[in-house]
Amino acid sequence: MHDQLHSRVNDFAIKLANVNGTGSASANGLLMQAIFRMGIPVSGKNLFPSNIQGLPTWYEIRVNKDGHTARALDYDLMVAMNAQTYARDIGEVRSGGYVLYDSSWPLDRALYREDVNFLPVPLAQMCNEHFKDPRERTLMKNIAYAGSLVATLDIDMPLVEQLLDERFAGKKALRESNRRALRLGYDYAKQQFECPLNFHLEKMDANGDKILIDGNTATALGCIYAGATVAAWYPITPATSVMDAFKQFCEKYRRDPETAENNYVILQAEDELAAIGMVIGASWNGARAFTSTAGPGISLMNELLGLAYYTEIPAVVIDVQRVGPSTGMPTRTQQADLIECAYASHGDTKHILLFPANPAECFEFAIRSFDLAERFQTPVIMLSDLDIGMNDWVVPGLAWDDSYRPDRGRVLGPTELEQLTRYNRYSGEDEDHVAPRTLPGVDPRGAYVARGSGHNKFGGYTETPSEYQEVMDRLARKQKAAANFVPLPEIDRRSEARFGVITIGGCEPAVLEALDLLADRDIPADYMRVRGFPFHKSVEAFLYEHEFCFVVEQNRDAQLRSLLILETCVPKDRVRSVLVYGGFPLSARHVVDGIMHQLEK
Amino acid sequence: MPSIVKPVVTHPSLQRNQLGLTLRDYEGSMSTLCAGCGHDSITAAIVRALWEVSIEPHMLAKMSGIGCSSKTPAYFAHGAHGFNSAHGRMPPIATGANAANRELTYIGVSGDGDSLSIGLGHLCHAIRRNVKMVYIIENNGVYGLTKGQFSASADTGSKSKRGEANEMSPIDPVMLALSIGATFVARSFSGDKDQLVPILRAALAHRGFALIDVISPCVTFNDHTGSTKSYLYTRQHELKATEVDFVPPEKEILATIAQNGITSVTMHDGSVVQFKSVPADYDPADRQKATAYLMAQQSKGVIVTGLLFVDESVSDLHEMNRTSHVPLSRIPYENLCPGSAALQELQEDFR
Ligand SMILES: Cc1ncc(C[n+]2csc(CCOP(=O)(O)OP(=O)(O)O)c2C)c(N)n1
Ligand code: SF4
Ligand SMILES: [Mg+2]
Repeated sequence: MHDQLHSRVNDFAIKLANVNGTGSASANGLLMQAIFRMGIPVSGKNLFPSNIQGLPTWYEIRVNKDGHTARALDYDLMVAMNAQTYARDIGEVRSGGYVLYDSSWPLDRALYREDVNFLPVPLAQMCNEHFKDPRERTLMKNIAYAGSLVATLDIDMPLVEQLLDERFAGKKALRESNRRALRLGYDYAKQQFECPLNFHLEKMDANGDKILIDGNTATALGCIYAGATVAAWYPITPATSVMDAFKQFCEKYRRDPETAENNYVILQAEDELAAIGMVIGASWNGARAFTSTAGPGISLMNELLGLAYYTEIPAVVIDVQRVGPSTGMPTRTQQADLIECAYASHGDTKHILLFPANPAECFEFAIRSFDLAERFQTPVIMLSDLDIGMNDWVVPGLAWDDSYRPDRGRVLGPTELEQLTRYNRYSGEDEDHVAPRTLPGVDPRGAYVARGSGHNKFGGYTETPSEYQEVMDRLARKQKAAANFVPLPEIDRRSEARFGVITIGGCEPAVLEALDLLADRDIPADYMRVRGFPFHKSVEAFLYEHEFCFVVEQNRDAQLRSLLILETCVPKDRVRSVLVYGGFPLSARHVVDGIMHQLEK
Repeated sequence: MPSIVKPVVTHPSLQRNQLGLTLRDYEGSMSTLCAGCGHDSITAAIVRALWEVSIEPHMLAKMSGIGCSSKTPAYFAHGAHGFNSAHGRMPPIATGANAANRELTYIGVSGDGDSLSIGLGHLCHAIRRNVKMVYIIENNGVYGLTKGQFSASADTGSKSKRGEANEMSPIDPVMLALSIGATFVARSFSGDKDQLVPILRAALAHRGFALIDVISPCVTFNDHTGSTKSYLYTRQHELKATEVDFVPPEKEILATIAQNGITSVTMHDGSVVQFKSVPADYDPADRQKATAYLMAQQSKGVIVTGLLFVDESVSDLHEMNRTSHVPLSRIPYENLCPGSAALQELQEDFR
């Protein structure tokens, strides 16, 4: 059994089972960051409950020298810190794997597995001996198990100590306790176990310019760089940290050092109806404004998204998707707001959507969202999700071109208005079917009443069918034109591919790994990741290039597939589905199994 | 309902304000409301007040929700941008607009359905944020535009045109606003322009959120005996708490405030509003006393009008936020983007 795991370097997965609210996040993050600094491709997935304290929570770390860091389903090592879930956690370890547990209390005989190695570490006992404060004892248990992992996995100890120094710079007492606890676990493991285990780490150089960042932080940073000045929101997991980060960045970058005046306003609204209303009001008035929310918020925003669409006012919405419907599973990930967002609101509405796959794209697409919203004078929704938004991802360092200037779209000022005999809000369309707008407070000649009621191309009230349709037809053309401006799909063709695999957003790493695994089985397939809506014509072309395609997505109703069928001419039977929507990030095995199952049929 | 464009005929005798503009310059397109609708009288008072304070029309932003009342921004200040938005959602839209540009003057027009039912939460929160704007509720006790259903301000016992009696207790925007910290609360009557115009002027000068509840009879669905929002009822039961006499800043010194029973309040912009208290001890600066007085009058069925409460000491949204004095919408992008060097430096935190 044991030789199955014969010396594997930089290729394994561990899972840490903790109790929510006991401070494990800090220890788990420390391990993740240390591995990242060792230059090894790594991912960390937080599988947490909708709870403040007491329920089980897990953290998974996968290292893979080839860069496949989607969620793994086979665990080589389990750190079992939660007695409530021992049975389940121990059961999940792969045969020949290891269980590190707190041996301060004996493990129930019934939990032992013949094919698994147990690493008992008396964590509570050691911490009780070395720390007095009960709170500190609990917290330091986590750092102590991290110490044992440093020993067993051969994580660079000086590096981990340096990370502790950085974290607790200026907090000497904390730094000392952490260092002490780390040593306790480390020394114990060194003495008791054969270190390192047969799977372990070795320094690499894969993370050169890379950074470790979560999608919500990157999104907030994008909003800062885009020049957003007004943000409105209502708290909701998993979107809250977008606004938390935006606030932090504003305090850092948007406070005038001389006057101490703020070049931003963040409004915590009374609900999401208000949040989107505030964004629309601010955008109508010429500011770059955005809101961040999750599915339940999008539901509430439907009414005003239609208003913004019809009155042609820019609005940027960040939807960090989670499991629905209703409250659903708020701390679990899904991609189930695609259709809701594409056609949000009553009446004929269609929106521009952007689908980032990782935090680097969150940064880039957040900026593009503002440019598109202002260029096309319409709402743009960026659909991230909990996995991208709240987990730390290793991505290329963010680059910034100082020559970037926002695309504010067609806005007429006094000079341009001067040349017109009369300004009519919805006339004078350009090749992208956009009519110029004017801003309040600039020039009386640009004044008009924005109205959600029927209006004609002059902006006047109308109930005349032909006048109404004329404006609606232009809106449809305008939305189509946006297909040439949204991010192009990412396409990767392999020779002799029999079919295509299409996916979206954070499924990317799992699907790419799955395509490699399929290729190993002599089943090559082409790859396309859709990055924007309305679909660029290359999306339809890809569909037609293949006898059939699989669409891999994280929702029950095959929403991306539905959009592809609705918005292209491809016959339904050429598009098949692989759906995984239980709430945890996708893994390659889901994809391979899903595809093989259908190929074998 | 087409909107009708009024012929612009300037009568030579039309008086000009400080900007050289006439009343016509503050009008809008022709109203499409029912003849005799109280809302049209309020529009006329708004036109008058705007003209009197000599505001540049394009420095005004007209905000509204949905309803007969919410249509009226089209009927005044044609030189100003307007936003006839969605039912009940005007407060957040106005809040966002105000956040983006603090230099404009915001005037919101709403109805009792718009503000006291579908948009009640939004109204409360705009009050709490003390968003600097004039907020007018054209209160007729019914949903005019959807043909006469009771609104939340309909008094207990009032009868609809179909003869049904309302058995639920009303929401009184004045009492509500006072209870959640509103900084300017007034009530008037659409038929009393002499009172309404100075109240509007005082509201325009207020430091924060100025709520004006204007009883505005709906001639089509609610002007009949049994309805407390009818012309007749209001005329017979109205009691003026304070008579407002607005003195523009440049005449300030001329106003000798020596008369008995007059309370003068200095508005945030330096202008002075004078109140002639009907009850000698009415103090529009005392929230508790004002509330008690209004409740006592209410139990007698008396509608108290006038400037009921004002507090010029409370910060508005931007003062609380310490927002830049340059409107956010005008700050150059160069001052907003931290640039590539800062991004490189920041990313050291993510390594
Ligand atoms: C979401 C939504 N629900 C319902 C309506 C229908 N509606 C339009 S106006 C109105 C009531 C208006 O009453 P009020 O605000 O008192 O204005 P009034 O017409 O009396 O001036 C209603 C219910 C709507 N426009 N939007
Ligand atoms: S229905 Fe009533 S509120 Fe509406 S316009 Fe007619 S009179 Fe005015
Ligand atoms: Mg009404």
